[in-house]
Amino acid sequence: MDRVTAATAGVRAVARIAARPDGRGGTALPTLEGDGPLAPRRTRAAGAEARVMLVGAMSGPLGGDHFTVEADVARDASLHVGSAAATIALPGQAKGGARYDVRLTVAAGAELRWLPEQLIAVRGSELAVTTRADLATGARLTLREEQVLGRWGEEPGRLTSRLTVRIDGRPLLDQEVSCGPGAPGGWDGPAGLAGHRALGQLLVVRPEFAEGPVEPRMLGEYASLTPLAGPGVLVTALAPDALKLRRTLDEAARVLG
Amino acid sequence: MSRTALLVLADGRFPAGGHAHSGGAEAAVKAGRITGAGSLEEFCRGRLHTAGLVAASLAAAAALGLDPVELDRAADARTPSPALRNASRRLGRQLMRAARAAWPSGELDALAGEFPKGAHQPVVLGLTARAAGLGPEDAAHCCAYESVSGPAGATVRLLSLDPFDATRVLARLAPEADLVVRQAVDAAHRAAEEGIDALPAASAPLLEIDAQAHAAWAVRLFAS
Repeated sequence: MDRVTAATAGVRAVARIAARPDGRGGTALPTLEGDGPLAPRRTRAAGAEARVMLVGAMSGPLGGDHFTVEADVARDASLHVGSAAATIALPGQAKGGARYDVRLTVAAGAELRWLPEQLIAVRGSELAVTTRADLATGARLTLREEQVLGRWGEEPGRLTSRLTVRIDGRPLLDQEVSCGPGAPGGWDGPAGLAGHRALGQLLVVRPEFAEGPVEPRMLGEYASLTPLAGPGVLVTALAPDALKLRRTLDEAARVLG
Repeated sequence: MSRTALLVLADGRFPAGGHAHSGGAEAAVKAGRITGAGSLEEFCRGRLHTAGLVAASLAAAAALGLDPVELDRAADARTPSPALRNASRRLGRQLMRAARAAWPSGELDALAGEFPKGAHQPVVLGLTARAAGLGPEDAAHCCAYESVSGPAGATVRLLSLDPFDATRVLARLAPEADLVVRQAVDAAHRAAEEGIDALPAASAPLLEIDAQAHAAWAVRLFAS
């Protein structure tokens, strides 16, 4: 971590991960930095893939906090990033909402599997998440996002989450969900969540999808697997709770192989 | 601008094929999520602030003169459901035919040449507005209103909902639609300065999911 400033404005924290081939068939991590609320730890590798676990040393983000995680995967490297626990957005002392920015870059021939645990928007919290993935043609990405609105039986917090994915600068996917008290009207209505409290997306980008696109299919009544206008597939799922959501996204991952 | 040209473009009888689409209402009615005027209003409100805002922004940006090919790509990225992408392109192609008949323009010809199978409907609508001498705000109004009038009209047929109730829903949503238009026009101006990514990307999960389920039905009243 290069900066943690706990001022009245909240905590500013940055974590950085860089992956590149180690020259022996594996992946090296020349950059692995960040502490305080965002601590990336290298865990046991699996074959060519380096594994990193984001360990939350504090709870949060709280209102006023601004967290950034950056991961850069160089040509032919392979990186898996998970998190040790759910991220819990909490109300804070500081004024204003919290921000959580994720910036991913994946080079040609490289693979990133970005599979953090759920984000839980606790009652009274206010969080804006932006996730931006810039891929080169020939990059592979698996990205999972799960949002849970409120702890069990609790009112949701306010959450906005935008996911933007580009390939060689061209947009592949740009989606924003906005929910909780104060969100634009109808978010929980029959076009939005219809009372569901867990929503998730699984995005898979593979160069071979450009030649052989995946057929769309339903995964039950509240989840769809859809080919994007490019070499990617998006699974969109709603569920009553985090456990059922994970089951659906795991099933989708199996379908995609 | 010509206010009458705006009425011609926004008229439900303008032959652009919109009547064949329910904007997701058919699937929501079948699933029991739209059962009357109250749930129709919530459905329309959700659609207005998501798909409606995105469409209005794209149309406003096209009417402002931003690159329609880039806007079409932005529409693709904001529409993960292939059923909805197809519907939008089909509607775009039909609107293109009507628009070229009504307001012939070199820009419309060029876009039709670029996308023989149809560009996304809001992009075509924005260029149509330009050809008709209308501005970004007019184009955004057409899209925002269409995002709620489509489902409301379809629900009258699907549920035998009283047309007076459906019209009251639309009237109640009018102030919010005006607000969405302002957001869309602001976003279009921002996109002209900062690039197309400044356009909103608001999405409604059930609209996307239901559109895929609906596309797989063997028998349906509406195309989407």
